[in-house]
Amino acid sequence: MALSDVKVLGSWPSPFVLRPRIALHLKSVNYEYIEENLLESKSELLLKSNPVFKKVPVLLHGDKPICESLIIVQYIDEVWSSGPSILPSDPYERANSRFWAAYIDEKWFPALRGVLAAESEDAKKAAIAQVEEGLVLLEEAFGKLSQGKPFFGGDQIGYLDIALGSFLVWLKVIEKISEMKLLTEAKTRCLLEWAHRFSSHVAVKDVMPEADKLAEFGVKLRAKILKARAIPK
Amino acid sequence: MATEEVKLLGFWVSPPVFRVKWALEIKGVKYEYIEEDIFNKSTLLMELNPVHKKVPVLVHDGKAIAESFVILEYIDETWKQNPLLPQDPYQRALARFWAKFAEEKILRGAWNALCSQGEEKQKALEQTIEAMEKIEGELEGKEQFFGGESVGYLDIILGWISYCLPVWEEVGSMQILNPLKFPAITAWINRFLNHPVVKDKLPPTDKMLVYFHQRSKALASTSHGNRAENGKNKNKTPRTG
Repeated sequence: MALSDVKVLGSWPSPFVLRPRIALHLKSVNYEYIEENLLESKSELLLKSNPVFKKVPVLLHGDKPICESLIIVQYIDEVWSSGPSILPSDPYERANSRFWAAYIDEKWFPALRGVLAAESEDAKKAAIAQVEEGLVLLEEAFGKLSQGKPFFGGDQIGYLDIALGSFLVWLKVIEKISEMKLLTEAKTRCLLEWAHRFSSHVAVKDVMPEADKLAEFGVKLRAKILKARAIPK
Repeated sequence: MATEEVKLLGFWVSPPVFRVKWALEIKGVKYEYIEEDIFNKSTLLMELNPVHKKVPVLVHDGKAIAESFVILEYIDETWKQNPLLPQDPYQRALARFWAKFAEEKILRGAWNALCSQGEEKQKALEQTIEAMEKIEGELEGKEQFFGGESVGYLDIILGWISYCLPVWEEVGSMQILNPLKFPAITAWINRFLNHPVVKDKLPPTDKMLVYFHQRSKALASTSHGNRAENGKNKNKTPRTG
C-alpha cells in the first residue's frame, strides 16, 4: 500500500493523536503524519476531513476520513486484521476494555484537564482528588484485567493500554503543576510499573512528546483557556 | 448448549435502558427485566455497577456490563443473528461516530435546554437544532432506517428521540424537531415507532410528562448552585447509563 494511502492528521501535544499512531505502529502500517498547529487557525485539510468537530486526530485512509481517536483505533484493528489484535477476542473482555476507555475519556480526562484549567486553589485541589480517585479505580481494573500479565491487554499492548497510556506524559505535566506524584508506589504500584513498560514500548516511545516541551505547551494552553473564559460573552 | 441467563437492570423511562431492550428483542434474546429505583439504589445495582452506579446494567451468565454503548456492542458480538452494526469497517466507524456525536450534541443538548432558562436555554436549543440538522443530512438517501432496511445500531442509539424528545419539548416549552424542517427524521420516527420491538412497549406519555416536569424543576433549582467554576453547566443528563 502506498505511503500516502494512510495519513494521520495530528498535533504533537494531543494525547488523542497518540492513539491512532500507536495502533498503526502495532499493526506495522506505514503512514504519513501531518502536523496541525493547535494554537493557530485550523487548516483546510482538517476542516474538510472533520467538518463536524474540526478536531485532531483524523485518520485518512485513501479518501475516507475517520474521526474520534477510539473509533479510529477500532477501525485500524478491524481493517488490518492480520496484525496483532488491539481489542481482545472475547466479547466480555472487549466490553471491559471499552468500558474503562469510556471512563477514561468521559470522567478521568476532564478531571485531568480540570487541574490544568483550574482558576482557584480549591478547584485545583478538587480536580487533583478526582484524578487520584480515578487512578485508584484504574489500578484495581489493571489487577483484574491484566491477570498478572504486563499490560491491560495481556502480553501485548491493547486498546485500554493505548487509551490510558496516551495520557502518561500529560500526567507528568499535571504532577508538576500539582507539585505531587499522582502515580505512586503506595496507591498505584502496578500502574506505576505499567507506565514505565508502556512508555518504553517500541510502538510508543518515538511518538510520546517530551515532558519539558509539553510542560511549556501546558503553560501556554492554560493561559489561552483562562483568557477565553475571561472574555465577557 | 448451557442455558444462558440474561438480566437487565433498568429504569422505566430511561433512554439508555430502552436501547438495550430494543437490541435484545431484535436479537430474540430472552431476558429478565429488573426495575431499579434510581433515586433509592439497590445493593444489587451498587455491586454490579460500582463505578457509575447507573442503569442499564446487563448481566449475562453472571458477568455485568454497564454503559449502553458498551452493552450494545457486547450484545452484537455475543448474539450474531440480526447484526446491529454494519459489516464494513468504515460504515461501522461512521455509525459509531454519529452515535457519539448525537449523544453529546443532541441528547445532552436537549436535556440542557430542558433544564435551563433564558439565554442559556436559547443557546442550548440552537446548538441542539444545529446538531439535528447534521443527523437529518445523514438520513437523506437512506432506505427505511439508518441501518438500511432494518433497524441497526444508530437507530437504536437515536431511538429515544421518537418517544422522549416530544415529552421534553412539551415540558420545556420548546421546539427542536419542527417536522417541516426535519422531514427525514420525522418520517424515520414514524417508522421506528411502528417497529414491532418498539410499538406499544413505550412508557405512558402522561407518566413521562409528570416525571420530566419534576426532574427539570428539581435540576433547574440546583443548577445555579451547581455551576462549576469553569462556567460549565453541571446539569445532570438522564444518563441513567
